[in-house]
Amino acid sequence: MSPQVAGQLELLGQVLISGILLGGLYSLIGLGMSLIMGVMKIINLAHGELMMVAMYITFWAFTLAMIDPYVSLLIVFPLMFLLGVSVQKFLLTPVMEADTVLPQNQVLLTVGLGLVLSNLALLLFTANYRSVPVSYASKTIYWDLKLGGQTISLSFSYPFLLAFGIAGVLGASLFLFLAKTDTGRMIRATAQDKRAAALMGINTKRITYITFGLGAALVGAAGALLDPVYYLYPQIGGPFTNKAFVITILGGLGDIPGAVLGGLVLGLAESLGSVYISLGYKDAFGFIIFVLVLIFMPRGLLGRGRA
Amino acid sequence: MSRKSLIGLLPVAAVLLIPLLTQSPYLLHMFILSLLWIVLGQSWNLLGGYTGQISYGHAAFFGVGAYTTGIMVKSGQSPSTAWWGLLLGGLAAAVVAAFIGWVCFRLRGSYFSLSVLALSEVLRLVAVNWNRLTNGAEGILFIPAFTQKTYYYYIVFALAAVNLGVIRWVMRSKPGYYFLAIREDQDCAESLGIDTTKYKLLSLLISAFFTGAAGAFYMNYMGFIDPGIVFSIPDISIMMILVTMLGGAATKWGPAVGAILFILVSEIFRVWVGSGHLLFFGVLIIAIIIYFPNGIVGTLTDRWARKRRLQGAEAAA
Repeated sequence: MSPQVAGQLELLGQVLISGILLGGLYSLIGLGMSLIMGVMKIINLAHGELMMVAMYITFWAFTLAMIDPYVSLLIVFPLMFLLGVSVQKFLLTPVMEADTVLPQNQVLLTVGLGLVLSNLALLLFTANYRSVPVSYASKTIYWDLKLGGQTISLSFSYPFLLAFGIAGVLGASLFLFLAKTDTGRMIRATAQDKRAAALMGINTKRITYITFGLGAALVGAAGALLDPVYYLYPQIGGPFTNKAFVITILGGLGDIPGAVLGGLVLGLAESLGSVYISLGYKDAFGFIIFVLVLIFMPRGLLGRGRA
Repeated sequence: MSRKSLIGLLPVAAVLLIPLLTQSPYLLHMFILSLLWIVLGQSWNLLGGYTGQISYGHAAFFGVGAYTTGIMVKSGQSPSTAWWGLLLGGLAAAVVAAFIGWVCFRLRGSYFSLSVLALSEVLRLVAVNWNRLTNGAEGILFIPAFTQKTYYYYIVFALAAVNLGVIRWVMRSKPGYYFLAIREDQDCAESLGIDTTKYKLLSLLISAFFTGAAGAFYMNYMGFIDPGIVFSIPDISIMMILVTMLGGAATKWGPAVGAILFILVSEIFRVWVGSGHLLFFGVLIIAIIIYFPNGIVGTLTDRWARKRRLQGAEAAA
């Protein structure tokens, strides 16, 4: 193998690795969104803003109390769960019962919520970009591959690897929770058919609270994991809300394993596209794939979601 | 003309006289922005309120209209061509809308909403990256043709009046009834022989034309645009929805009420609080959706109608 080919392979490998690692975090964002979409049948357009809140909690925990972002997951997860439950209980559920011309009032309510959260952050914390300067932020692990007489050296960012691992653990726990526990079964039943679930004696209102809480907690966890490798500012939510619905549609509406795949596909598409096509259009690839998937495979990449 | 429609013309006449009463550039600026948002709200209302196709990406049309004018001026046209610039901006937006409609009307409900949003974001990225045409993220800057705000006031007033007139006319003619039928039940409308795709597209084209014309006006008036301003999802697309919802979707005067309230509220809070002035607007939206689910005009009309019915029933008894 010539050194040029080896160099190209090294680049490709590196791009794939960073795409997959980023995709792991995207999956976590998508899981929360997919859960909410599956049970409540609404798009949560404040999803990114919820992540922003979690990022600020992590930031202040680190700045004021020197709590490591990964440890602060233990604070972020329950706090975001409570925030999600309150949003569903006090804002979305009351609106669900009103009789309106347009059926999308709940979605617009989440838009209003997003505005409130991002502008509250702007007022309280100013528009400054902040970051969580952990000591291991730029630590990397190298992996040398011998291939056809050439050495291909691949690097893994340590915080990204850690985030990927934690995201995997959280995702797996969610599967187990949904598959094995009573509450998980109730959530799945409510997503399948709300009225039938209610007739079987499930308190569907309580299930919607838990679902929104879980969705918020999951995206909150993604925020906490993103903090050491990203920067944060009050308006960071919008782009991530967009990514969240792209991931969810890619995976198929309400399809939990699909959301993981959707996250990985988006991560890879952004990573490959920005290196091989154009960095400026990085964010466009996700949208274009999104529209194509919606038109040609409306049930998601796995073909199992609701059309 | 009936007495009722003459009374309806009174506020219009009053608005026409405003520049004679005040020369304050600040006040006129507020009125111009209100009228601009009335155009935007009414245009969104035609597609979203009456036809029931919720678009999260109307900034696409606003941006295309604004950039059409911007690129025209940059390539040597004088900004005083504001007049047909509006028309051209609207037409360019309608062409883009034809494509977006062709793609997105294959989808329904939230999927339609999100796919329009996605394509609108793609257009923003094109505006950022196609440096030679759009001057990229730097934006386009020129000196507006008129120093007097009065001219702009009358231009945007005429735009708003034409917009209102066209929408009223369409809603009173056959397509208008088709729009309502599509909103209420698309399958039912289809089964009655309405070409739903065609009429949804018609609604989108009219809506996009006026949104684009408003964008062209914005460029002429402000003299500066960049992709982040005119293709903004939160500041344009979402605000168009909120303005309409605030006043009342699918009502005649709802978008106008919403637009005036929006400009008033955001101005008061911009002066008082400075940054984060949209905070209160978010709270307002949440409150409106909970307490006035059909907007201010819509919910109040419903309540009055119910009260009148009750009184009628009492009188009959």
